[in-house]
Amino acid sequence: MSVMERITPRRLPLPRWLTRAPLAVTLAAGFMVLMLFVMVFARVIQPYAFDYIDLMNRMAPPVPLEGSTWLHPTGTDTLGRDLFSRLLVGTQTSMLLALLGTCLGAVLGVTLGFVAAHKGRLWDEAIMALVDFQAAMPWFIIALAVLAFLGNSMVIFIAIMALYGWETYARITRGLVLSAREQGYALAVRGLGARPRWVYLRHILPNISGPLLVQLTVNFPATILFETSLSFLGLGIRPPMTSLGQMLGEGRDYLINAWWLAVVPGMTIFFITLSMSILGDWLRSKLDPSLED
Amino acid sequence: MTQLVATDLARSYAVGRKRLWRRQRRFFAVDGVSLTLEAGQTLGIVGESGCGKSTLSRLVLGLIEADRGAVTLDGQDMLHVSDAAWRAQRRRMQLVYQDAAGSLDPRLTVRAQVQEPLRIHNLPLDAAEEALIAVGLSGKMADRYPHEMSGGQLQRVVIARALALDPDVLVLDEPVSALDVSIQAQIVNLLMDLQRDRGLTYLFVSHDLSVVRHIADRVAVMYLGRIVEEAPREALFARPLHPYTRVLMDAVPRPDPATRRARKLQIGDPPNPADPPSGCRFHPRCPLALERCRTEDPALRSFGPRRAACHLVEDFG
Amino acid sequence: MRWTLIKTIRAALTLLLVVSFVFFVLRLSGDPTYMLLPDDIDEATRDFYRSKWGLDAPLFEQYRSYLVALLHGDFGISFRNNLDAFDLVWDRVPKTALLMGTSLLIALAMGIPLGIIAALYRDSWLDRGVMTVSVFGFSMPNFFLGILLILVFSLNLRVLPSSGSDTWWHLIMPAATLGISYAAQFARYTRSSMIDVLSKPYMRTARSKGAAPARRVNLHALPNAAIPVVTILGFKVGEMLGGAVVVETVFAWPGIGRLLTSAVATRDLAVVQCIMILLAITMIAANTLTDLLYGWLDPRVRVGAKAGAR
Ligand SMILES: Nc1ncnc2c1ncn2[C@@H]1O[C@H](COP(=O)(O)OP(=O)(O)OP(=O)(O)O)[C@@H](O)[C@H]1O
Ligand code: SF4
Ligand SMILES: [Mg+2]
Repeated sequence: MSVMERITPRRLPLPRWLTRAPLAVTLAAGFMVLMLFVMVFARVIQPYAFDYIDLMNRMAPPVPLEGSTWLHPTGTDTLGRDLFSRLLVGTQTSMLLALLGTCLGAVLGVTLGFVAAHKGRLWDEAIMALVDFQAAMPWFIIALAVLAFLGNSMVIFIAIMALYGWETYARITRGLVLSAREQGYALAVRGLGARPRWVYLRHILPNISGPLLVQLTVNFPATILFETSLSFLGLGIRPPMTSLGQMLGEGRDYLINAWWLAVVPGMTIFFITLSMSILGDWLRSKLDPSLED
Repeated sequence: MTQLVATDLARSYAVGRKRLWRRQRRFFAVDGVSLTLEAGQTLGIVGESGCGKSTLSRLVLGLIEADRGAVTLDGQDMLHVSDAAWRAQRRRMQLVYQDAAGSLDPRLTVRAQVQEPLRIHNLPLDAAEEALIAVGLSGKMADRYPHEMSGGQLQRVVIARALALDPDVLVLDEPVSALDVSIQAQIVNLLMDLQRDRGLTYLFVSHDLSVVRHIADRVAVMYLGRIVEEAPREALFARPLHPYTRVLMDAVPRPDPATRRARKLQIGDPPNPADPPSGCRFHPRCPLALERCRTEDPALRSFGPRRAACHLVEDFG
Repeated sequence: MRWTLIKTIRAALTLLLVVSFVFFVLRLSGDPTYMLLPDDIDEATRDFYRSKWGLDAPLFEQYRSYLVALLHGDFGISFRNNLDAFDLVWDRVPKTALLMGTSLLIALAMGIPLGIIAALYRDSWLDRGVMTVSVFGFSMPNFFLGILLILVFSLNLRVLPSSGSDTWWHLIMPAATLGISYAAQFARYTRSSMIDVLSKPYMRTARSKGAAPARRVNLHALPNAAIPVVTILGFKVGEMLGGAVVVETVFAWPGIGRLLTSAVATRDLAVVQCIMILLAITMIAANTLTDLLYGWLDPRVRVGAKAGAR
């Protein structure tokens, strides 16, 4: 059995002062709420359509800088598209994809983890071999190969995102189910005449949801990074659509005279991953105080 | 009318780690146990820790798979049935656990857990309220969570949950061992009242002879996965036939404070069940062992209303 | 002995899995002649290539000959520039190895001492400082960090080159970009592993026996704290390879990662396939190595699942 089996790559707890400090957590939570709001309402609050081209005002810098215009207070890109609108829609795309990918991956991983634990033997061996395989191969590079072979479509892209990180859920779920199933209450409910599904869904799943939730907060920023990296390379979200990574990839070519084109989406990604890290560790310390260091 | 019959039940477990090219060693935690349980009566099972009492309880209920043997309830097969039939049969037979707290879901209220068997079997939920009242819990108490209750209360909850389905047979695996002595008496009395009111049949497992003496009609003594003696309560306590039974009885704490501490058996620790002795399994500890006990395994033979497995028993009879 | 055998079989199976995955995904994607040949080619030429590449044979036969070709080291021809795919990839290996090696060195040389210091001076300002920096470090996307470095050191200060690999100066920023985020992670792993070990009974014993602090750390804590850190190494190397793809692209570092990005963009399948197989071999080697290390450091066994009775 590979090392991967044993060393659940858990995220390490943040230092105590940061997780205890309500300020950092509050700020992080506030920022994530804002991001969720943008995810839902980006198209409503955007001042311009994100792909509206204003050829008269190309490469306008944000307002305090020289040459800026109040038509686009936050500046425009090389085609004169409003940076703020693009940022909203880019955030929307990245958040949506990460949320979708995280949730699909969680459902897949949790299901397979349950199957492995329940069926045992061959199923268990097969699923855990897949888990080992997925953990051993860098999925980012596999994803690149899949994109090369199958071409890039939204369905394939979302499937790739969903498959990213499922193995961690599967491994965690399997371990938790195996121990939870031996808990008295699981056996007792079985003895009442419940089907396995009843026991799993009504008793075991709710009782193991804490660690799974923590894993969700670990997986979400990783998925955001995954998507933005692919899009940054021009192999994920591509024009005319935009995402934070795609904006950063575009902005990279204009670092010399329009640094903000890259820095603004880059900072947004950074704040999202940072906020989720802080929130995740705080959640973990709340759910399982013994894990706190 | 005969109700519950177990025949030649056996269950083995693997010993140690599995090694390639070598057959895994196994030992029998329960090795050919046959029992008959009359309707409305209580059969007590006693034996030291590790002799296979819990394994036997779970075997009788079909909660773990038997290597061999059968269980019938009123002539109906309870083990070799489809999963669906087995689940339906749970309405007739229920288990009450020693570890009450552990057998309850920490996240659900007591009421929800007593209602659960009814939900599982799609029955009206009124029976839950009735069961809660029957065990002396109701109203506000039932809205609590397990961690808000005492050990005795939790055991009542577990009993109520088992009663909700209105079963005929309850298997009680050390239902009072984890409780304070004063609470033990309450629960045992509750169980006896319930039995009288509802005509329940009990398989009552305990390592405590005094509790069994109080509640059981018949008593079976287990040693290393087998029954070594079985008899009506009065007969057993009046005149135990098997040397092991006598050793057990000597260990029962007396009211006399001078001998109260003699809880531990005088004959040392039991052998490793994974590696049982040859001949009579009790012979290394038996004060009366003969030469033939070393090699010859005594059969469990009937002597009128009772059974015993010892070469010397004729002499007593 | 048996353990080694199982490891070898597992490694071989993993490799076969990757190779088969590549083959079948490639076949899934449709008629390769449409992908590999120009669109405006006529059907007769297409047929010629189909039979030349054995595409008209039954699928299993194709699979067999594909495996045989791989065994002979024949990874196909890059259709972009008609070079042997393997040669093309192999040429890039030293550059990526250099980048990866330097980054790993940075990550370990920075992360582990910082983690140890943070653990020893737990809850002091030093610990807080290190951990705060580390949180920022691993929340930072590496492509963005690379861009920030370019902005500061190439465009503003003009002290470091932003792209290429001609001199040692060129190595600094890519290696730093890749190394820093892993330094942050290693610091956290080391810290928590050290704290874990320091609270163990045998450490208390060592303290009560009056062993000097430095001796305690060197002799008792370090080897034990190393276990979890070593075991994630193989895993992290894989992750880092993914990071290298991005970083090489940011800094135009002519390694395998950049080759892969452009091969994917132009769908140069032979090259992608060759990289995948090399990657699989690398990862298997890395994992086997960590497994060996782990087994040597901490021989414990995994307990398998057993199916329930009902
Ligand atoms: N799942 C299992 N795997 C392996 N061995 C087991 C398992 N369950 C029980 N055993 C072994 O079977 C024997 C009988 O166990 P059992 O729990 O039935 O004893 P018991 O009489 O109920 O003891 P106690 O009084 O401690 O509850 C013991 O030696 C125990 O170690
Ligand atoms: S058979 Fe022999 S050893 Fe066994 S209980 Fe009887 S006298 Fe003792
Ligand atoms: Mg028991």
